[in-house]
Amino acid sequence: MDFYFSQFLTGLAGAASLFLVASGLSIIFGVTRIVNFAHGAFYMAGAYIAWSLTERLEGAVGFWGGLVIAAIAVAALGALVEIVLLRRIYHAPELFQLLATFGVTLVFQDLAVMIWGPEDLVGRRAPGLRGAVDVFGQAIPAYDLFLIVLGPTVLGLLWLLFHKTRFGVLVRAATQDRDMVAALGVNQKWLFTAVFALGVFLAALGGALQLPRGGVNHAMDLQIIVEVFVVVVVGGLGSVPGAFVAALLVSELNAFGILVLPQVSLVLVFLVMAVVLVIRPFGLFGRPEGPARASVSATVRPWQPLGTSGRVLAVAAIAAAACLPLVAGNYILAVGSELLIFALFAASLQFIMSTGGLVSFGHAAYFGLGAYGAALVTKAFGLPMLGGIASGVALASIGAVVFGWFCVRLTGVYLAMLTLAFAQIAWSVAFQWTAVTGGDNGILGVWPDGWASRPGAFYWLCLTAAALGIAALRVVVFSPFGFAMRALRDSPLRSEAIGIDRKRTQWTAFVIAGAAAGLAGALFAYLKGSVFPDTLGIPTSVDGLVMVLLGGVETVSGAVIGAILFRALTIFLMSYTDASKLVLGLLIIVLVVAFPRGVVGTLSGLLARLGARPSATPAMAGSGQARGGTP
Amino acid sequence: MLEVGALNGWYGPAHILSDVDLDVGTGDVVALLGRNGAGKSTTFKAIVGLLGKRTGHIVFDGRDVSTASTHAIVRAGLGYVPEDRRIFTELSVMENLEVGRQPPRADAPTWTPDRLFALFPNLAEMRNRLGGRMSGGEQQMLTIARTLMGNPRLVLLDEPSEGLAPKIVEEMAHAILAMKREGLSIVISEQNLHFARLICDRAVILESGRVRFSGTIAELEARPEIRDAYLAL
Repeated sequence: MDFYFSQFLTGLAGAASLFLVASGLSIIFGVTRIVNFAHGAFYMAGAYIAWSLTERLEGAVGFWGGLVIAAIAVAALGALVEIVLLRRIYHAPELFQLLATFGVTLVFQDLAVMIWGPEDLVGRRAPGLRGAVDVFGQAIPAYDLFLIVLGPTVLGLLWLLFHKTRFGVLVRAATQDRDMVAALGVNQKWLFTAVFALGVFLAALGGALQLPRGGVNHAMDLQIIVEVFVVVVVGGLGSVPGAFVAALLVSELNAFGILVLPQVSLVLVFLVMAVVLVIRPFGLFGRPEGPARASVSATVRPWQPLGTSGRVLAVAAIAAAACLPLVAGNYILAVGSELLIFALFAASLQFIMSTGGLVSFGHAAYFGLGAYGAALVTKAFGLPMLGGIASGVALASIGAVVFGWFCVRLTGVYLAMLTLAFAQIAWSVAFQWTAVTGGDNGILGVWPDGWASRPGAFYWLCLTAAALGIAALRVVVFSPFGFAMRALRDSPLRSEAIGIDRKRTQWTAFVIAGAAAGLAGALFAYLKGSVFPDTLGIPTSVDGLVMVLLGGVETVSGAVIGAILFRALTIFLMSYTDASKLVLGLLIIVLVVAFPRGVVGTLSGLLARLGARPSATPAMAGSGQARGGTP
Repeated sequence: MLEVGALNGWYGPAHILSDVDLDVGTGDVVALLGRNGAGKSTTFKAIVGLLGKRTGHIVFDGRDVSTASTHAIVRAGLGYVPEDRRIFTELSVMENLEVGRQPPRADAPTWTPDRLFALFPNLAEMRNRLGGRMSGGEQQMLTIARTLMGNPRLVLLDEPSEGLAPKIVEEMAHAILAMKREGLSIVISEQNLHFARLICDRAVILESGRVRFSGTIAELEARPEIRDAYLAL
């Protein structure tokens, strides 16, 4: 009994940091409508800077001074990011905002390694709170008790700020209707900057406060952001009390989950999240969002199936690709196979995102499930490769059926965060369930059958699968089902009013996209001969999003070109620089800000403008720019 | 006080306003008339910079504000009351007023919550009520009061009588006349000619985003064919 009590207190203490970070994310989202993926990076930066200040300058600023100064410094950094980057993308679709802030995360990750080195750092204990206090016969660390008191204190201070100051009243007003606040003479720009800095301050303070508990490491940014997404989805985006309650809930579940399901403790949190979402889709304290902006910018020029010249070009490209094994060596063929696999993966993501309007931040889940499905069956039952591929597709489809059922209940950023959380759960199962998945060591020795073992033959297999898969997705896009998907993307209400079943259509689309991604993942397992948890990780999901973005979100299958360009670029980068995350992060930011229509989108826009009748051009150019996200 | 010339406005690719001209002198009360969809609200949004794309010149108080941002235009003394009220439903009456508060201006009447409660006595009894818990008429009064807290010199009132009970419309007319006596310039968009006649000196009629008539109320009265062509249902 006493042990459970001390476990309960540990959970309460863990909730403090989680609440600080989650409330910051919620406050920022409430006013700016941006889900700040970089929040984890600011949390980590707070911890690192606090470490430096307390280790190197403790004499000058003191321990507590170090924590607060670190949080203030990071808040200033956050304000800079807001002014330089976010101000340019406030009117862009959610996908661009999530991606740009993820780009910031990548940049921070590499910078942190460059500045503080790759090793974990151990933080100093808090002066005056080093010991333990006896509570009902259990020794509870004094610092934990301090954190338990701190959480409600911060909640109270935030309540006072929002209800008793003009700034707070403006923030609450802007949370509801920011344009009206501007129409009453309030300068939104500085209100947004101030709110962003406040949110970042809370995140950085949350990070700094972790110092005496767990030290600092360079993986803590993604780790916290996933937990925080779960917290805000459960508590309701934009609600500070919701963040408080949900942080307690999640933290307690973590504390007791270890006792109940030590292998897969995250699953418990997931189950609770699933139950909450079924009962209250907008979280415990959240309110339904107003009509969401189209999550993907709508196309001005309508999509059309390929014309004769387009088909000839596509067939010619496939024929040319098919000739590669006649001239290229094994390394080039392996790279070629990889490009084809990612072309299919990116096309499946583009299908759900551009056609369906459902921004998935966890598409790697289905890619990874496909890979694990194939690998597990091959290892356990010795099935031939085609059986393994079929199992991979089946497992990915089952994953999409289960995850999709929950996801289509939500829209916009909630959906994006939920897809990410699901992918992270799939990742943690693969990572933690060592007995089945081999954990971090992965599954090795997944090789293709004899007939496909030569690189040339495997390349042809990949080419066939990618060509057929992408062609099939295009057929669906231009089928009545595809029209229904696009109708729902452009106007859910009107589509439902003419009898289209939204959830069913989007759920089916989810499964189609999941199956196609699973096929790509299964092929990937055989290409590499092994499977690791990375295939399910956030970076893989983001790679897919960047491929779609690079190709052009507004196109039908520009992602194919985007995937080939991006993957080739990454392979090139890996061999030439150590700071690949830094370069990738900057690339994402530049793409989002300066080049939002992607390669294929920009090219086809240019072609259309050259061939367009003059009457249509000016209006299209104007609106195209407005949709592109540059103010 | 306000000169709008050759104003064009777009919603996405749709061209809504074509060369709209509108002049308002100090102390004028002008009615902007027209049917649903004629472009009245869009004209107001274009003037305060809430439209995605606009061209033309907008001079307020001798200052060109055609490229200024919304908050700068409003701070220059041009108040805007939107048609859909857009009360902050989670904020109390006092907090709604606080959002609108701006420093006093030498050349415009200065409003305080107490003065506004005298103008709209209904609001005085519900200072701490949440915006979302008020009736439509009370919300309409609050939205005007909230804009007045910015101490504007000119107010754009978008369909203040829409959807209100006749008794409330009458109270609203009295309040607007009181604002006029304070020396405020006012532009009111209306579909209801009767309401406009009660309080306005001049009228501008819009149809399909173009100005079809501009003159005094008396001139409009003398030309029933204009009324029948652009205002009758």
